[in-house]
Amino acid sequence: MYQYNKHDQQLVNERARQFRGQAERFLAGELTPQQFLPLRLQNGLYEQRLAYMLRIAIPYGTLNSRQLRKLADISRRYDKGFGHFSTRQNMQLNWPQLEDVPQILEELASVEMHAIQTSGNCIRNTTADHFSGVAADEIEDARPYCEIIRQWSTFHPEFAFLPRKFKIAVCGSESDRAAMHVHDVGIEIVRNAQGETGFKILVGGGLGRTPVIAEVINEFLPKQHLLTYLEAVLRVYNQLGRRDNKFRARIKILVRAMGPEAFRAKVEAEWVYLKDGPNTLTDEAIAHAQSFFQTPAYPALDDSNEQAALDQQATADAHFARWLKYNTSLHKQPGYAIVTLSLKTTGYPPGDATAEQMEAVADLADRFGFGEIRSSHHQNLILPDIRKSDLRAVWEAVKAIGFATPNIGHLTDIICCPGGDYCSLANAKSIPIAEAIQRRFDDIDYVYDLGELDLNISGCMNACGHHHVGHIGILGVDKKGAEFYQISLGGNQGKDASLGQILGPSFSQADVPDVVEKILQTYVDRREDGELFLGTFRRIGLEPFKERVYA
Amino acid sequence: MPKIIKNRAVIEDSWQLLREAPVDGLPDGPIIVPLSYWLEQREALSQRGCVGVWLASDQPPAPLADDLANIPVVAVDFPLFTDGRGFSYGRTLREHHGYKGEVRAVGQFIRDQLFYLSRCGFDAFAIETADPEKSLASLDDFSSAYSAAIDEPLPWFRR
Repeated sequence: MYQYNKHDQQLVNERARQFRGQAERFLAGELTPQQFLPLRLQNGLYEQRLAYMLRIAIPYGTLNSRQLRKLADISRRYDKGFGHFSTRQNMQLNWPQLEDVPQILEELASVEMHAIQTSGNCIRNTTADHFSGVAADEIEDARPYCEIIRQWSTFHPEFAFLPRKFKIAVCGSESDRAAMHVHDVGIEIVRNAQGETGFKILVGGGLGRTPVIAEVINEFLPKQHLLTYLEAVLRVYNQLGRRDNKFRARIKILVRAMGPEAFRAKVEAEWVYLKDGPNTLTDEAIAHAQSFFQTPAYPALDDSNEQAALDQQATADAHFARWLKYNTSLHKQPGYAIVTLSLKTTGYPPGDATAEQMEAVADLADRFGFGEIRSSHHQNLILPDIRKSDLRAVWEAVKAIGFATPNIGHLTDIICCPGGDYCSLANAKSIPIAEAIQRRFDDIDYVYDLGELDLNISGCMNACGHHHVGHIGILGVDKKGAEFYQISLGGNQGKDASLGQILGPSFSQADVPDVVEKILQTYVDRREDGELFLGTFRRIGLEPFKERVYA
Repeated sequence: MPKIIKNRAVIEDSWQLLREAPVDGLPDGPIIVPLSYWLEQREALSQRGCVGVWLASDQPPAPLADDLANIPVVAVDFPLFTDGRGFSYGRTLREHHGYKGEVRAVGQFIRDQLFYLSRCGFDAFAIETADPEKSLASLDDFSSAYSAAIDEPLPWFRR
């Protein structure tokens, strides 16, 4: 993974020092709360219902064991001994003291981490496919380009006070595991007929109050133009994006208002000034970024031998076999697998990990996985490089820390924002809804029979839980002071992204598990051979679900 | 005379910012007039000399393109410090229009923005929200940067 040089280190150190000064000026009354607000947000610091919340950046979801141990250590010393892995691949602390935050930032800087631009109206942490570099279906590793974007966007002087936040996602695989279509900018790595690398640029996607699927504004941007083109997009947005209404300020509103073609024309006109300028990527710059993401020193293995031994272990132990089937993924390297740790065990808030769990994961990464860990926007952790012959030992260890629930990609692997238990924006709680659904569907065979299914929960319109792109989406709403839940069906986050359609009037918290059950029964009754939930929904539409639920 | 930051030092400043177009005659001395007034009175104002122009946050500099050689100061207003359009105007003044005169920030910007503003081509800051002397330090919040801008035309990866 990327390693800081003196320049990177100096900048994060200076950032920590800058924030220390700002916090002191705020506490001394020299900065008003209004002035301090964006400054602290651009260092990831929110004021939540009961306390501050600090959002620590995990650039494109990649971290090493040393960094994860530091997160554990910080969560233990400055918080209540746990952290929350978010849908933007970051980690959030729920109870830090403002006075401690400069110190926390300094500690993060000591392991090449920070909380820079994890909030605020600026270019946020760039997210990526969490299987980048190891996925069997990969076209090209997204991480070097993410790192190039990270450096370009960090402290970008022109784009720190945008109309609204700006999120970029990059994916270099056949399957879109980065939700590119619902980001302000989605970047898909593609190859042209000559085999050259370029990017398909999608603009104006987003969730929140006005969910929109992104529009393609460039089918093939040659790779050297990545930054100049992004700069043109951002400059157009910075000048023309609405600033009179927070809820109409995202780039998706601008693209929709202008139309994608007119927006593209504006970008092209601006690009004339920037194209081939100093920000043009050189082959050396790309090669330098790629040099940090070389494949580890894998031993040469015969995959069929490794697989045969694994199959034997699996035959002897049905529980292990189940975990293998659901919580490991195809790796591009013979003899290796990708392991997903499920942070979705019933009774624990989705995405939460204790300091002890983080340390155990770091130990596992060191022992079995070249010291590397990923966080996913599904709020799980990943050990990207596990040798098949080590899977059994890894499973035993993961089981011991409660991260082996074999539910990845299925009903109970719920994406869920922190909701009303923590968040000051929330209209309703979301964690108890996730738990109630997990408890209701505790028969794992039934969950498997349902096949791959994304159930996403957000506690408010801001949609941190990505409810619009869940096959089943649940949204917390406020109905005359009471917490209610609106359900939508048919959302999807992949390359054939779609937005969920609202089922109808909302439900009380107590009713949600019954409603989900009726939805699932409808699917089971109506599905055709091998059809997944999304396929059935797209074939039969909303009506049959509606009839059953509101009967 | 009010104090401003110019070229990294606090100086006494004689430019008078006319927020509204003058109704009966121009005051003496160097003045900074609204863009609309400049566009109406371009000839007369060029004759007078010592006239700068200020841009509101929704006024990109493009209409000034042909006049910039006669304008010693272009001021960019920040009605709210969170309105970041002016950062792009600074860059476009320097990059698109090759403007070499003074680019001055006016309005409600805060000292914590000085580093970014200066990277975007601003070289003068009529700061109202903090003491100019104390604010000088914020120009040096960072000793370096990744991205290319006016102060450093090469991005880090090319240096």
